[in-house]
Amino acid sequence: MNAPRRKLKVATASLAGCFGCHMSLLDIDERLFALLELVELDRSPLTDKKHCGPCDLGLIEGGLCNAENVEVLREFRRSCKVLVAVGACAVNGGLPAQRNHLDVRDCLKAVYPVVPNDPELPLPLDKVHPLSDVVRIDYFLPGCPPPAEALWQFLTDLLHGRTPQLGHGLIHYD
Amino acid sequence: MSSFTLDGHDVPFTEGQSVLQAALAAGHPIPHLCAHPEFKAHGSCRVCTVKVNGRMVASCTLPAAAGLAVESETQELKELRQGLVQLLFVEGNHFCPSCEKSGECKLQAVGYALDVRTPHFPQLFPDRPVDASHPDLILDFNRCILCELCVRASAEVDGRHAFALSGRGLTKHLIVNAESGLLKDTSVAVTDTAVTVCPVGVILKKGKGFAVPIGQRTYDKAAFGFEGKKP
Repeated sequence: MNAPRRKLKVATASLAGCFGCHMSLLDIDERLFALLELVELDRSPLTDKKHCGPCDLGLIEGGLCNAENVEVLREFRRSCKVLVAVGACAVNGGLPAQRNHLDVRDCLKAVYPVVPNDPELPLPLDKVHPLSDVVRIDYFLPGCPPPAEALWQFLTDLLHGRTPQLGHGLIHYD
Repeated sequence: MSSFTLDGHDVPFTEGQSVLQAALAAGHPIPHLCAHPEFKAHGSCRVCTVKVNGRMVASCTLPAAAGLAVESETQELKELRQGLVQLLFVEGNHFCPSCEKSGECKLQAVGYALDVRTPHFPQLFPDRPVDASHPDLILDFNRCILCELCVRASAEVDGRHAFALSGRGLTKHLIVNAESGLLKDTSVAVTDTAVTVCPVGVILKKGKGFAVPIGQRTYDKAAFGFEGKKP
């Protein structure tokens, strides 16, 4: 693999997701070393940086279920040249969106004896949204999670300036 | 034997075959959903649309004729088919990760074959309660694509007329033939063709879910149109 001239800056986040897509990224195993030859991580659960600097690539797992998700997503869109919706939840709302035909107040009442009302808690949205409802998304990588092979193929294509190709076995909705 | 051309390839056909039937027999997997080899063409999903003499037509209802020049694998048709499949996805609630039919689902497989990576259109998230009244079957309306295969199978093969479509446009939906509106009050049986013919995860047998491990399901192993063959 020919390394590009400078390392590309990559940020990642998990919004209304389960971190399964991040786990799948870790499943590329020893190829993580090859990936780190190409990229430098900015804001990410893996670095614990709280805000995103200017980045070449942003990978977002999870959809939008509350106001904080929207704020993080907008920060990523402002900071990242290329933004990718990673996984079913980011692409179409996924499992959290199964509450979309219900009233959010009824959902909260069903779960909590007293509905939490701390000002530090981000307000839930009435519907769970895919990322593309709020910002422009450059690429979509479906899967729950996308297989490690798909993430590897997608990232190496993108980092080498090719249009990411998936093909049979790498494109999955489950 | 007479033939027509499909993307420049000669495709032989016998009298009475549709363009889709002849193409599939010759090993050209034109994507399709509502078409089924055991049933008369329905022409409703339009996913098998091809271009003939500059016109878009559903290949399942187009009789094969000598000398036709049929286009299928073009960017224009791929994008049209992608749009049709995306519309089917956004109209229902297709949460593949929690669906028992995942890996065996034709809608999913056609999506994969067409490289559909996003629903693209705003999702409707309709409220469609599941009918679990039947002792052996579940009816999950969330995934219905209105192909009418169960309607046709129940009427033509099983002789029960257990299913029908009702309403128009966005309100069109699957209903069952019982005054209560519940599957348990129909004559449907677990052995009916209508049960197995569903291309998506609407009609499911209870107690059979997730029987095949991920990686070994039909569309894990082969792409749409290549089922049972090596990928």
